[in-house]
Amino acid sequence: MANPEVRRFKLWQDRIQTEVEISGSGPPLVWLHGPWGLNPDRAFVERLASDNTVYAPRFPGTTRGDPDGVRALVGWLDLAVYHGELFNRLELEAPALAGHSFGALLAAEIAAVTPKLVRRLVLIDPVGLWRDDQPVKNWMVLSDKARRRALFADPDGEAARRFFEVPKDPEERVNTLAQFNWSLACTGKFVWPIADRGFKNRIHRVSAPTLIVWGNADGIIAPAYAQEFAKGISGARVELVDNAAHLPHLEQSDAVVKAVLDFLR
Amino acid sequence: MKVCMFHLMPYRELPADFEQRYNSAYIEPVWFDIADSDKVGQFYNATLDEMLFAAKAGMHGLCTNQHHQNVYGFMANPSIMGAVLARATNGQNIGIIQLGSTLPSTTPPTRIAEEYAMLDCISGGRLIAGFPTGLPADAVLSNGVVPIEQRERYREALALVIKAWSAKEVFAWNGKHYQLGMVNLWPRPIQQPHPPVWIPGAGISGTADYVVEHDHCFCHLSYYGLKSAEEVSDRYWDTCARKGRDDNPFRYSFLQLIGVADTDAEAERIYGPHGEYFFNKLLYSAPHYQQIPGCLEYEGMVQALRGTSRSSINLRELKAKDFFERGFIVVGSPKTVRQKLLDGVKRLRIGHLLTLLHFGSMPTELCKSNIDLFAREVLPHLAGQWEDKYEDLWWPERLRARRPANASGGAMAAAS
Repeated sequence: MANPEVRRFKLWQDRIQTEVEISGSGPPLVWLHGPWGLNPDRAFVERLASDNTVYAPRFPGTTRGDPDGVRALVGWLDLAVYHGELFNRLELEAPALAGHSFGALLAAEIAAVTPKLVRRLVLIDPVGLWRDDQPVKNWMVLSDKARRRALFADPDGEAARRFFEVPKDPEERVNTLAQFNWSLACTGKFVWPIADRGFKNRIHRVSAPTLIVWGNADGIIAPAYAQEFAKGISGARVELVDNAAHLPHLEQSDAVVKAVLDFLR
Repeated sequence: MKVCMFHLMPYRELPADFEQRYNSAYIEPVWFDIADSDKVGQFYNATLDEMLFAAKAGMHGLCTNQHHQNVYGFMANPSIMGAVLARATNGQNIGIIQLGSTLPSTTPPTRIAEEYAMLDCISGGRLIAGFPTGLPADAVLSNGVVPIEQRERYREALALVIKAWSAKEVFAWNGKHYQLGMVNLWPRPIQQPHPPVWIPGAGISGTADYVVEHDHCFCHLSYYGLKSAEEVSDRYWDTCARKGRDDNPFRYSFLQLIGVADTDAEAERIYGPHGEYFFNKLLYSAPHYQQIPGCLEYEGMVQALRGTSRSSINLRELKAKDFFERGFIVVGSPKTVRQKLLDGVKRLRIGHLLTLLHFGSMPTELCKSNIDLFAREVLPHLAGQWEDKYEDLWWPERLRARRPANASGGAMAAAS
């Protein structure tokens, strides 16, 4: 795999530094990673780059050397405006947005705030809505065992092994775990303690053609939520993925890549 | 030095199979399955009785604390307990040590400033104002505080409380987390500009840095005993030296579980089951309820990932003899206990020893006999430590005059 170009920006009155990994060629697609950071998504992003120019920013606070950058963003309004600034710096006019889990909620919020600036929208197991009869699990507070089962249809499979793999070298181990935990901390800031921060009030503003992808065995947010999102977003299409849980793009990468690329063409 | 009584107010009669039924002392135990409100009423009363018994026996101060949604200790509002203790020791030389109300989970935090000011007034200037950040489970699970904001809220709240106690004019507070247009607290504490501030922590260097920078007293609430505390205390004293503070031992408080009986063997026999109850049932909390991403700031998290985490010890696998051997609990005859404590006090430079003389399932009679024996046979050998060379600047000024030997909570010396 070709290494992506990495660009580093200072944004938000120079209070936030972020790296953006850029790869591929074709129409612009922004990938917004989920609660566990950009690292686990790299192979998937690379595949999306086959016929898109993929821009994959690190969420504020998760760029090495700037762990406190996220503290400069106080709420969802800041977060949406910040991403507007980032897209301007990347000179993106109306990119497609795709995201996973928390990143999918972020993509949807941006699409609701600036409907005309989002060409197409892909939401993979988004969080952000709530049903009392199907409470969303708090992914930041799960035992190791429960987390494996919630994230992967096959908790002992190859995708799960790769996702949870920790390097043997002590320093690399600390770095890997620190990135993993701190990504959860930074993204969790905007959805703690319940990932329902009012998107239901804004969902009707999303007008971009939308694909909703959901792992049939998602143990964090049940597949029933696919219909909740589809109800709120006019014309949205739902694709359920078998043998996948909350991370279908990692566990059934072929199926998800195909669905996303077909939708974006 | 000062020797104080600390109490957690645990549930004392958990079922024998509690560990099999619940994976954690926090969050998961369902009240109606295992608890009884009438019994708990008696536990609260017994707790207050035991603390007042300790005051009468000669302890220098009484410590309360705040925890939520657990079996291990549930003084959900420590000011309620502190108010009873302040009233009942009115006019006596006893510090009221609130260790204390949890700032990040109380909005607005001026509520705590008011409660503490009330306690300082009711006690006649005997309050020690403790400000914990709160355990992750307490702050972010029970009270919904955003993990990555827990410590920034804490620092802002403490600055607001201290300003609110001494400001001479009505002021506006326009903070990141708190906005109050007109602050003019009623009442204000007797102790001005503020009562002594103690800050509990388990050994994260960021907390210690903050304490030293602000010249407060660090309370090391380790629960793992004097023996295991050397690394943290050494680091703390290094921090003091590095930041230009002196080596006054009263900058450092330490909590220790203690059981005293006539002989070592007798002490191990009678305190063993209560020690196991404490560590196996009460202190055990599932790691994912305590290691919540964001509760430690980035540097603290990296430090924790690098270090030997104490959470790597599975408390449920240890037995009484392990707790004794590892020094988690100091047990024995008065002679044994005072020697171990004196060694630890000198090694760690402890100015305030916070004694957990009630732990686990201990019935009130045993707790009182523990207090009695400790106060008669151990306390007098500790109390003179450091007093000739250092002044306790983190103790209420009105209580600083030296007590006569073996005095037991007598009238306030300096105030009268």
